[in-house]
Amino acid sequence: MDTKLQTENLMDNGNFWFPEAVSTFATNVDTLYSFIMFLSYLFFGIIIAATIYFLVKYRKTPQHRKALKHITHNNLLEITWTVIPLFLLMVIFFWGFKDYLNMNIAPGDSQEIRVTAKKWVWDFYYPDTGLTTSSELTVPVNKPIKLIMSSVDVLHSFFIPNMRVKKDLIPNRYTTVWFEAIKPGKYQIFCTEYCGKDHSNMLATLTVLSESDYQEWVKAGDPNKSLPLDQLGQKLYTDKGCVACHSIDGTTNIGPTWKGLYQSNRTFTSGESHIADDNYLRESMVKPMEEIVEGFQGVMPTFAGSLSDREIDAIIEYIKKIK
Amino acid sequence: MTQHKNYLNEFKGIKSWLFTLDHKRIGIMYLAFITFSFFLGGLFAVLLRLELLTPDTLFFTAKQYNQLFTLHGAVMVFLFIIPSIPASLGNFILPLQIGAKDVAFPRLNLASFYIYVLGASFCLYSLFAGAVDTGWTFYTPYSLETDTSVISMTMGAFILGFSSILTGVNFLVTIHKMRVKGMGWFKMPLFIWSLYATSIIQIIATPVLAITLLLLIGEKVMGIGIFNPALGGDPILFQHFFWFYSHPAVYIMILPAMGIMSELVTTYCKKDIFGYKFVAYSSIAIAVISFVVWGHHLFVSGQSQYATMIFSLITFLVAIPTAIKIFNWVATMYKGSISFKAPFLYFLSFLFLFSIGGFTGVVLGTLSLDIHLHDTYYVVAHFHYVMVGGTVMAFVGGLHHWWPKMFGKMYSEFWARVSCLLIFVGFNMVFFTQFILGSKGMPRRYYNYLDQFQPLHAFSTSGTWVLGTGFIIMAVYLFMSLIKGEKAPANPWGSTTLEWTIPSPPIHHNFETIPVVTEGPYHYQKFEGDTT
Repeated sequence: MDTKLQTENLMDNGNFWFPEAVSTFATNVDTLYSFIMFLSYLFFGIIIAATIYFLVKYRKTPQHRKALKHITHNNLLEITWTVIPLFLLMVIFFWGFKDYLNMNIAPGDSQEIRVTAKKWVWDFYYPDTGLTTSSELTVPVNKPIKLIMSSVDVLHSFFIPNMRVKKDLIPNRYTTVWFEAIKPGKYQIFCTEYCGKDHSNMLATLTVLSESDYQEWVKAGDPNKSLPLDQLGQKLYTDKGCVACHSIDGTTNIGPTWKGLYQSNRTFTSGESHIADDNYLRESMVKPMEEIVEGFQGVMPTFAGSLSDREIDAIIEYIKKIK
Repeated sequence: MTQHKNYLNEFKGIKSWLFTLDHKRIGIMYLAFITFSFFLGGLFAVLLRLELLTPDTLFFTAKQYNQLFTLHGAVMVFLFIIPSIPASLGNFILPLQIGAKDVAFPRLNLASFYIYVLGASFCLYSLFAGAVDTGWTFYTPYSLETDTSVISMTMGAFILGFSSILTGVNFLVTIHKMRVKGMGWFKMPLFIWSLYATSIIQIIATPVLAITLLLLIGEKVMGIGIFNPALGGDPILFQHFFWFYSHPAVYIMILPAMGIMSELVTTYCKKDIFGYKFVAYSSIAIAVISFVVWGHHLFVSGQSQYATMIFSLITFLVAIPTAIKIFNWVATMYKGSISFKAPFLYFLSFLFLFSIGGFTGVVLGTLSLDIHLHDTYYVVAHFHYVMVGGTVMAFVGGLHHWWPKMFGKMYSEFWARVSCLLIFVGFNMVFFTQFILGSKGMPRRYYNYLDQFQPLHAFSTSGTWVLGTGFIIMAVYLFMSLIKGEKAPANPWGSTTLEWTIPSPPIHHNFETIPVVTEGPYHYQKFEGDTT
């Protein structure tokens, strides 16, 4: 099943062109866009008005079957319509470049957060508190946030429309993006670099909290700590992206379904077979390429390091419940 | 009534086509293959838009959808739009317009046609052998790990590249050496100038694509670490290589279209072109600048900020020669005698749509704005306004303009206007909505999308039905004209370039007597008013 994960609309507000501007530099971006649009309407208007005027005035009629006058060139006119657009384009270029630098150079006092992308899930690690989250990025308002990002498999791209920021994530390399939110709320995060089957499901939520709410969120610590194991497993099933390949209703997807998986007999491509017990499930998450179930291709990335021991236990508990 | 002896009826039988060295017949064979590719690519487009009618799964799985948009892109770019104007109309018209018997190397011309067919069969084979799902850009490392047929598709594009290079060489030599007596560089029709500029790009840029695709195939088959980060390669290097070709390639697509525009505006306004030298030189300027703007596809890829700055600056410069052309075309209409024949309606469509493509190109070239708009539907809309609104409009405009010359038959003017209207309206329905989708934040290549985008997506999809109907009507009336169209006179539109001085369709050797040129290509000063 190619199910859609999220139905909540987080970008409803905004004007005709853009979603609501929520970062410090978003309004600058929109202003420059309006400036270019104004010039475009002006020049487009001139081109179309002149065209329509000529079409009406000089259309062929029985009395008017040949051109009235043959003007083959006018250098002054050529220079005019070369120099004026050139000047305006240079204004746009410098304006855009100035804003671009602001959008690329993070302030020195930024709070750093590490972002790891893998098919098809976003992981966030907060070095100053040691917290980790998946599919949900939580930041304080009015504080510059610098994201240091990398991918573990293919290219991805991190995009928050409300903040007007975007940057590709590349394996073996760090890229950065920064923004400062000016309004608390929930905002949409997209993957915008095509990354395979579930590219369009690689979504996440940005939660911007007021300073006090953020402190409380930090104090509460890992929200997953207090959850019972099976419920945590259920949450990780979507947060960690298992859902993209493993169904829980028995349908076959990229990977085997989890329904009735526990204690069932598995046959592998090597010809061997054994019972899917706790150890097998753990092995499948940490070393997924060791044993490939017959009829499937070995495409699963390892989750060693990405899942804590408790999280592995939680997913095993969850699988046990899906009968 | 008996037809005069011409290139269509002088030789008979299938062999006389398959082994022909006649540039006109080769042009017609290209036209047949290109038309087939266009409808195939169009079919993929209609299907993928159908899936986007609703935010959730409708007809296809995610993988099938990804294959559909990849095939749409690859077929349209490599099989249709790159060869479209140069290989079909260019092949047919170029020797006629310069008063030559054929291109400089007729055998090479036939060879490039068969190389095209070979490349195309690799691409078509890949449709049935696990269709590609990488996007037409084949970005690494995804293209290295997918189980779909990347190799046959890239092999196809690799082979097609040679067809493009050989056609470019052929045209370049033909334009240099085979112009008729009296036709100096500035007495050439502007379509020839644009084909000249196109050929330069084809020859210099296409080998880089060949190298890139060969490295990709080598990496996939033999595991050499060039682009694959897992083997120490650099995926961004692939993007640089790929766009070093593929950006100039969009000028391979648009420059000949601009040439056709100059032919149309002069013919249907009965006027000499305004600013001949500016229009001619701007083609060369575009060709030269097009080589150094590829980095504007990598503004958010992690490319260095200084490189990004320079690429943005040069991108703005390419807007200038483009604007010069538009202004000169509009000025050409001044004090003309304008008739609204179908080709001229396509001229007007181009003017309207390509201008929108140009203005939104300025938006995308602006660094701070591209960050937000990159890889959204805004880019998709911009690209289609330039390529369909520009190249395809000029291609069908040119096809209608030269149809009587090519086949000696007139098509139905009424149906031509109807289909032009449907195409214009349908196109704007499909793609104008996508500008708004994009700036609102809708990423491209998405199988599912947020519910809030549905009204715009559904409207866009409904436009494809109007657009598609327009093209189907065109195919029908053009086909009908071959069967029972009126016989075309030598010069139905009252044009002044050389191809209109000979009968329609032309004889096998083009000219009974070799013409001598004494004045510019658009000498409508002597035109005494047409009789229709």
